[in-house]
Amino acid sequence: MGGSSSINTGDTAFVLVGAALVLLMTPGLAMFYGGMVRRKNILSILMQCFILMCLVGVQWVVFGYSLAFGPDLGHLVGSLGWIGLRGVGFAPNPDYAATIPEQAFMIFQAMFAIITPALFIGAFAERIKFSGFFAFVLLWAALVYDPVAHWVWGAGGWLRNLGILDFAGGLVVHASAGVSALVLCIMIGKRKGFNQVAMAPHNLPFTVLGTGLLWFGWFGFNAASALSANQVAVNAFVATNTASAAAGLTWALIEWIFKGKPTVLGTASGAVAGLATITPACGFVGPMSSIIIGVAAGALCYLAVTKLKAWWGYDDSLDVFGVHCVGGALGSLAVGLFAQKALNPAGNNGLFFGNPQQFTVQITGVAAVIAFAAVFSVILYLVIDNVIGMRVEERDEEEGLDLSQHSESAYGLESE
Amino acid sequence: MKKVEAIIKPFKLDDVKVALTEIGVQGMTISEVKGFGRQKGHTEVYRGAEYVVDFLPKVKIELVIADAKLEQVIQAISRAANTGKIGDGKIFVYAVEESIRIRTGEKGEDAI
Repeated sequence: MGGSSSINTGDTAFVLVGAALVLLMTPGLAMFYGGMVRRKNILSILMQCFILMCLVGVQWVVFGYSLAFGPDLGHLVGSLGWIGLRGVGFAPNPDYAATIPEQAFMIFQAMFAIITPALFIGAFAERIKFSGFFAFVLLWAALVYDPVAHWVWGAGGWLRNLGILDFAGGLVVHASAGVSALVLCIMIGKRKGFNQVAMAPHNLPFTVLGTGLLWFGWFGFNAASALSANQVAVNAFVATNTASAAAGLTWALIEWIFKGKPTVLGTASGAVAGLATITPACGFVGPMSSIIIGVAAGALCYLAVTKLKAWWGYDDSLDVFGVHCVGGALGSLAVGLFAQKALNPAGNNGLFFGNPQQFTVQITGVAAVIAFAAVFSVILYLVIDNVIGMRVEERDEEEGLDLSQHSESAYGLESE
Repeated sequence: MKKVEAIIKPFKLDDVKVALTEIGVQGMTISEVKGFGRQKGHTEVYRGAEYVVDFLPKVKIELVIADAKLEQVIQAISRAANTGKIGDGKIFVYAVEESIRIRTGEKGEDAI
């Protein structure tokens, strides 16, 4: 494969490191979620994350990349023309990244495909049947993630053609996973004993460690989405850190003022909400806009997690909807307001910079992605629930998923 | 022989251990337990969800002693574990039927 003259070694190194950082986010997410569930279920969370690294890691190179980024079919999905990475070599693909080998772009994108389904494991935590989970994510990756990625980022994708701006996956990753989480937690039902039995986090130090890994890895997720070690990457890096800092601060302050004490779980959750919200916007907005976006993320996600959930009554065990769907949607809309073409010539201006049209495009994207992901999640759930079953038996839920699904216990049989 | 069971506040364990060894007690067993009597628990908050925790961490000390030492032991524990606040704990006394040292097979007061 030729074309090596256009390859930039700095860009390539940056994207490869970025890919490694994004992969680290999946074990980071596993710790973030794992610490929040009860002792008897932590391994099930870790297993679901790690099996996704394995499953999607293979699926992506076999056909996922082709469906998402391959030759366009009706603006809705890629074809299987690149199955087994046929034609995907070391020459750059200018449709996506002109200065790095296409396989670098491909493997970077693989990590996004891996972590997206990992996000919604929080919604059905502590009651999901592993076999049902396995079938669900296998199908969701191919039937929801890959098409949506094609719409937003694929060459020929209809939202990309419409001018949608989603720098690193506010729609493709957070909104789609977040709404799927809501659908799943409603369909699978509440945990046994929800609102009666205490279900407090069993290891918050893990959760905080996970948050640190996520924040760190997110620099790969966001800044390396510039696909080049350039000004846009710098902008994205600065926006990412600023928004998550502002969001964490906001959540802590809200708790401090309205509940009396700030909590570490709240501060960490706020930071994650900020990270999710800035994801679509980081390549297009400036640092001061990032502060505003971060504050909005902290406040709105706080309300979604504490008030909306209590009012509606769903058991979204780990607040995937409240943090990722609300955050991703909010961030995608914020792009329509705060984007500045001056920061990224490949982007556009938002409403506050003289271009109200962008906001309309963003709304279209948010609505379409959420609707599609929700509908398909319902269909997939119903099919798999009827064939395999999605929820464990009551006694398996009581015993805990670690033992019932994996015959393992996290903290040893003896207390030595 | 008597078995003395004392439930005390965890931070008092060292004081009680020292007080007992000073009067010649040669061994004891402790376990970390939870319990409540009149002492109120506390509230924990996770993402807005409030959990009231009734059970408080305590330490249970168990020791088997010769009848003659009983009063001394009760005094030593009571003084060492006392803070004057609710939740200081309780002491229970049981009669022991038999006691055997596993290594040597000694029985009765020779075993404790």
